[in-house]
Amino acid sequence: MDTLIDNSDVFIAGFRTTIYLFLISAVGALVLGVVIGAMRVAPVKAANVFGTVYVNTVRNTPLTLLMFFFAFGYDKLGLIDLSYFTLAAVALSMYTASYVAETIRSGINTVPVGQAEAARAIGLPFTQTLGLIVLPQAFRAVVPPMVSVFVALLKNTTIAAGFSVAEAGAIRATLSERGEPQLVVLLWVAAIFVALVMILSLVQNRLEKKWAVSR
Amino acid sequence: MQPNEPSGTDASANPFETTSNPIIASTGEPLVVVENIEKYYGDFHALKNVSLTVNKGEVVVIIGPSGSGKSTLCRTINRLETITSGTIRIDGTELPSEGKPLAQLRAEVGMVFQSFNLFAHKTILENVTLGPIKVRGLSKAEAEKTALALLDRVGIKHQAAKYPAQLSGGQQQRVAIARALAMKPKVMLFDEPTSALDPEMITEVLDVMVGLAKEGMTMVVVTHEMGFARRAADRVLFMADGEVVEENGPEEFFTAPKSDRAKDFLSKLLVN
Repeated sequence: MDTLIDNSDVFIAGFRTTIYLFLISAVGALVLGVVIGAMRVAPVKAANVFGTVYVNTVRNTPLTLLMFFFAFGYDKLGLIDLSYFTLAAVALSMYTASYVAETIRSGINTVPVGQAEAARAIGLPFTQTLGLIVLPQAFRAVVPPMVSVFVALLKNTTIAAGFSVAEAGAIRATLSERGEPQLVVLLWVAAIFVALVMILSLVQNRLEKKWAVSR
Repeated sequence: MQPNEPSGTDASANPFETTSNPIIASTGEPLVVVENIEKYYGDFHALKNVSLTVNKGEVVVIIGPSGSGKSTLCRTINRLETITSGTIRIDGTELPSEGKPLAQLRAEVGMVFQSFNLFAHKTILENVTLGPIKVRGLSKAEAEKTALALLDRVGIKHQAAKYPAQLSGGQQQRVAIARALAMKPKVMLFDEPTSALDPEMITEVLDVMVGLAKEGMTMVVVTHEMGFARRAADRVLFMADGEVVEENGPEEFFTAPKSDRAKDFLSKLLVN
């Protein structure tokens, strides 16, 4: 406990960065993932192809490699300068989006085709059919796997430590310089991660309960 | 099944004895014009050179055995089913192939499905107001007022806050009819609206449909309910194997079918 209390500044700073990185990447991944997932079911061939290629390239690339690209490859492209934090968030968003897209697509497949037909029959265009009728029902069907995707994202944020983003995964390195026992530090980091994931599980339970009645 | 089933060769049957059709409602102006459409599913020829004109205020009932293409024909009219060739016009406008123009035209064509297809995550009231609010741009208050009046008319007003799964099949189908009517459509398509219902609920749905027909709504109805065809149809279209085999007034069709195919079909209905 002393290890945690004596070094609370490092723990707080580290997990604050982790949570920021997680929240920003989660929103980015959700938005991008929904768009990519929608492209895969859109009645436009080019969109289908783009969605499929995106998922199959990004999902098949190790996250570390994607991080490497953004950390070292990006500034060679001569685009606007971005902080390592931003680049890490972009890499995590892009990577997680491929999983979100596939989860959503499997959710869309659970919605009976008659739901979309009825929406089209009252004159809703594709975007509204998807946004108002199909996606809300698809989300309800995939809450557990979707939360798993975000649990993975939360833990994947630690990879950013390798690229100078001082989040929770970097706490051990910082504290070993202060002479703290490394095993104890790692156990504390792990314990806090477990607690954070439990918050996500709680969100999952709430969503499942809330949406169970309306079906 | 209704007792007034086709009487086949019964010579005493007077073609004019039962309910006369509300021909007064028909103004004779063509509203839905289907011309020479062909539809293939791969190698399967689902619709063979089918033509059909439905005038304003007219009720056309399409009957025929399973797989005869009657549902497919019904679904081509609002392009839930695409066609291989031919033309379909609604109130003079040819069906756009996709995008916003198609969505706008679909808003003019009400559709009732065999499996109801009420939006499962929305309440009964929201099911009926969604189209008017999102497509017609009505305010929520306006849309709800119309929706409640329509729900009252189909006898579901007191269930407005429930979800579709909490209603019986017959109630769901009546809500589906209200949902379609809320768009103030020019024509209503019914794709086997009672096929998924048990006998008690069939009547409550048919009553609503007969009411609509009497008010002069233009309707295309695919059904196996011969009683409804006799009571409400202005014309009966008999289809088999993707073709329109016979087209006639209901009394003429049921009492004196011309084609052997129709005679055969009707005789089987009698036996069962």
